[in-house]
Amino acid sequence: MTETPLLRVRNLSVRFGALAAVDGVSFDLWSGEVVALVGESGSGKTTLLRSIHGFIPPTAGSILYRSDRFGEVELTHLDEPRRRLLARTEWGFVHQNPRDGLRLSHSAGANVGERLMGAGARHWGTIRAQALAWLDRVEIDPGRIDDLPRTFSGGMQQRLQIARVLVTKPRLVLMDEPTGGLDVSVQARLLDLLRRLVAELGLSVILVTHDLGVARLLAQRILVMQRGRVVEAGLTDQVLDDPQHPYSQLLVSSVLVA
Amino acid sequence: MNAISYNFAYLDEQTKREIRRALLKALAIPGHQVPFASREMPLARGWGTGGMQVTAAVIGRDDVLKVIDQGADDTTNAVSIRQFFGRVAGVRTTTRTEEATLIQTRHRIPETPLRPGQIMVYQVPQPEPLWRLEPSRAETRRLHALAEYGIMHVKLYEDIARHGRITLAYDYPVLVHGRYVMSPSPIPAFDNPKLHRSPAIHLFGAGREKRIYAVPPYTDVVSLAFEDHPFRPWKAEAACALCGSTDTYLDEIVIDDRGTRRYVCSDTDWCERRRAQGRPV
Ligand SMILES: Nc1ncnc2c1ncn2[C@@H]1O[C@H](COP(=O)(O)OP(=O)(O)OP(=O)(O)O)[C@@H](O)[C@H]1O
Ligand SMILES: [Mg+2]
Ligand SMILES: [Zn+2]
Repeated sequence: MTETPLLRVRNLSVRFGALAAVDGVSFDLWSGEVVALVGESGSGKTTLLRSIHGFIPPTAGSILYRSDRFGEVELTHLDEPRRRLLARTEWGFVHQNPRDGLRLSHSAGANVGERLMGAGARHWGTIRAQALAWLDRVEIDPGRIDDLPRTFSGGMQQRLQIARVLVTKPRLVLMDEPTGGLDVSVQARLLDLLRRLVAELGLSVILVTHDLGVARLLAQRILVMQRGRVVEAGLTDQVLDDPQHPYSQLLVSSVLVA
Repeated sequence: MNAISYNFAYLDEQTKREIRRALLKALAIPGHQVPFASREMPLARGWGTGGMQVTAAVIGRDDVLKVIDQGADDTTNAVSIRQFFGRVAGVRTTTRTEEATLIQTRHRIPETPLRPGQIMVYQVPQPEPLWRLEPSRAETRRLHALAEYGIMHVKLYEDIARHGRITLAYDYPVLVHGRYVMSPSPIPAFDNPKLHRSPAIHLFGAGREKRIYAVPPYTDVVSLAFEDHPFRPWKAEAACALCGSTDTYLDEIVIDDRGTRRYVCSDTDWCERRRAQGRPV
């Protein structure tokens, strides 16, 4: 049992000029937990996720992260070398569009191997073996290891991106609509895969989605965002079955209607 | 000499001082690319204006200059650069490696071992070893600053996946002094080991890209590789048809119109000297 959360976000704000895209958000993420961020388009989900990862500097607030390497660190003040080291070892970011997370002109094997090499792996045979094993694990025919990702379907590209991120066994994975651009049947398969991997690896995940079904399947807790603020937070079933905030109620009922 | 008078070695003293400052910084941070204000030289770009500026900045009246292009002293490019410095600096020139104090080169390091006090000047077309892998200049600078070189191995990983071994034969990336990954100009990988703990000074000038970098004497220069696929520089399995050398870098040349091929030393000075010593085939 650990007594402190893996991640503690406090009063985090991100402004773009006059717009408060993220406006005083606070929440905890515990080790091994999946938290879903839901809310309508433009509510600030992606901005919040990207600022936690360090892609966008927050305007105010704090993010405390419990690192394996460095102990507890304040991410908003962390120097760039250490932040990038965490980003390529302890964290992973899964982009909605796999093209943003893959090297399209390099083979599937190179895409998976890159993070290992970035973490210092220098034995070709071991890197190759791990890439093969991970392709298999995300249900891509290992025979495709030397093919370019642009010859893959959208679902395969997304699974490749997930293999590339998970190969170094990160603790904290941030996912921005990982099933977003996919057909319904492809989505279902990817969700099953994600659920299995999250359990097997004991990942801590912040998952952005506006599909409440995805949230229900994967997340233990939900944060509902509206105009940059968290308007409701709670256990997934509670929020979805008995929403308290009018906006959450609207969100849940609009799904039932749809 | 014609009527136009140049400053010694063509460039004015202020410009040469600026280049020397960049060179000193480059020597102090081995393998690190230092920006410099590249000038026009009276030679088409792509013909080594970076190397010429470095040569102009370091050459002194007592220097003896050798210029090689692909290993040869007698190509148009080598001859015209040699003549140019003969004219604007009045220095002695040579084709003999051991006589030279300053050697400007494109593509080769001489076969004759370099000695302390010699300076090699390389004409570099592309100084950035990461350029094919990372298109953004700002990002490559960051990768160098943080020594994040994982992507360098991506290229080598794929080479092995495709061919079963590393086939990269030119411009093979090296790690300098355990810190910076450097492009050793387009020399053959065969020449990379000559940089490792070399007693000479190695100065690299990229005119178009406005970068200078350097390897000071006795510095570790290690070619990137994998533990299970160590660096093994490629060389033609042949002997020089002129001097019989089996341990030099060979060029393949077509000797008649039926396409008959022969291998000869790329280093013409080395090959001639060996033949002069009475060791023809
Ligand atoms: N780089 C930027 N510059 C200016 N405004 C931005 C920038 N990125 C996002 N925004 C604005 O911030 C707000 C939040 O955007 P964000 O992308 O975080 O929403 P989201 O909840 O992820 O939406 P969606 O569900 O459509 O992906 C929007 O009003 C958006 O227009
Ligand atoms: Mg978004
Ligand atoms: Zn020869």
